[in-house]
Amino acid sequence: MIVVKDLYKAFEEVPVLKGISTSFEKGITNLIIGRSGSGKTVFLKCLLGLHHHDRGSINFDGLELNDLSPKKHRELRKKMGMVFQGSALFDSLTVEENVMFPMEMFTKKSKSEMRDRANAVIKRVNLVDTNHKLPAEISGGMQKRVAIARAIVMNPQFLFCDEPNSGLDPKTAIVIDNLIREITDEYNITTVINTHDMNSVMEIGEKIIFLDQGEKAWEGTNKDIFKTDNKAVTDFVYSSNLMKKVRQVYLKA
Amino acid sequence: MNMLFHIGNYFLMLAKVFGKFTKWSVLKRLIFADIESLIIGSMGIVSFISFFVGGVVAIQTALNLDNPLLPDYLVGYATRQSVILEFAPTFISIIMAGKAGSFITSSIGTMRVTEQIDALEVMGINTYNYLIFPKIVALMLYPFVITFSMFLGIFGGYMACVYGGFSSTAGFIDGIQLDFIPFHITYAFVKTVLFAFILATIPSYHGYHLKGGALSVGKASTTAFVWSSVLIILLNYIITQLLLT
Repeated sequence: MIVVKDLYKAFEEVPVLKGISTSFEKGITNLIIGRSGSGKTVFLKCLLGLHHHDRGSINFDGLELNDLSPKKHRELRKKMGMVFQGSALFDSLTVEENVMFPMEMFTKKSKSEMRDRANAVIKRVNLVDTNHKLPAEISGGMQKRVAIARAIVMNPQFLFCDEPNSGLDPKTAIVIDNLIREITDEYNITTVINTHDMNSVMEIGEKIIFLDQGEKAWEGTNKDIFKTDNKAVTDFVYSSNLMKKVRQVYLKA
Repeated sequence: MNMLFHIGNYFLMLAKVFGKFTKWSVLKRLIFADIESLIIGSMGIVSFISFFVGGVVAIQTALNLDNPLLPDYLVGYATRQSVILEFAPTFISIIMAGKAGSFITSSIGTMRVTEQIDALEVMGINTYNYLIFPKIVALMLYPFVITFSMFLGIFGGYMACVYGGFSSTAGFIDGIQLDFIPFHITYAFVKTVLFAFILATIPSYHGYHLKGGALSVGKASTTAFVWSSVLIILLNYIITQLLLT
């Protein structure tokens, strides 16, 4: 579980996060949604420790991020998996080598053990015949799956995904969403997903935090989102006619 | 103020490069990959430039020594001195700032833009050590490139001189043996090692601290080349002042 209290972050005195407090629970998919520029990515990078927050606290299963020594912070990071928006695969390594990379860095496993584990997670994300291909030789959806495989290969306790289905067709996007939800259930991990894809919100939004201009404007589930009267949320979620109709049908039902 | 910030940041980067070390088995693979791309991959262009510039130095010297009272071994002597003292260590280092330097900046910069560096950091890896240390180690083999450049420069001078009819073989060889001071080689290699450190770290700094997208990668490569060249020229002056005067 991750508990965030009064998180504040500014860049050159321009506030980006203005005192966010929330919690991300274990075993469910936690979504951060909001418009572009609302502070989603900065929030996620603060959670990961890639940006140092100016004020507030972030607590990972009882470990206070502010109080951690660099060594302890590195240890904590080994418990994190991250799926980046552009996948961030190492382009000189093959799919299999990309997935084996964290094990190569941090374990004393033999090559064959590492290969077996890598193949197991590659199979888990439903990839076939791609082991010896370079990231540039596979599709965007496949790259996302490799990124997920790399993120889970070390059995992380926390999984972070930044726009995991951006640039993907709707069908592949749903496959990726469902894969993340299944992995969250299977591994019982704390998953935080940063997205502005409404399909994801409806499909896997077990807990949703809506950010607006650096502040938490709303918090709830994908069911609550239909009922809310929060103007910032409704303006964002029901901006298209289709979503407006979906909401009407849902409320009638 | 901005300059002071970058100088400070550069030295902080160096401290982190020698901070927590990456696993040796991984580091070893990275070092060999960098030796291949930075050292072996530069041999072709270095050989080509050295051979022909060595030839031009010899021809220019011969053409300027038109007094019949001057012995023809002076061409070999002047070629050797020019190549060993300045051309090979300094001129080739400027070429390498463009060739290897821009490769380093663009490869690290692209990793920054595509969030690969962030991915390494999330895993808890000391990215400074992982990315920059192998390049420093690989470029410590740079003196071998310069040795090769010295040989080819003098050989190019010999070919141009003898086959261009400016000097005899015996005269040229006499010239390159005349008043040879071994310390000049030490001086050249001291410069080379320091230049190698600049070639590895300045472009790495610009690539690592890059902000923005693809356009920034190009801009950072140019900036890295300019600063590497400026530092090489300045350091060349300081070392020459310290060691040869």
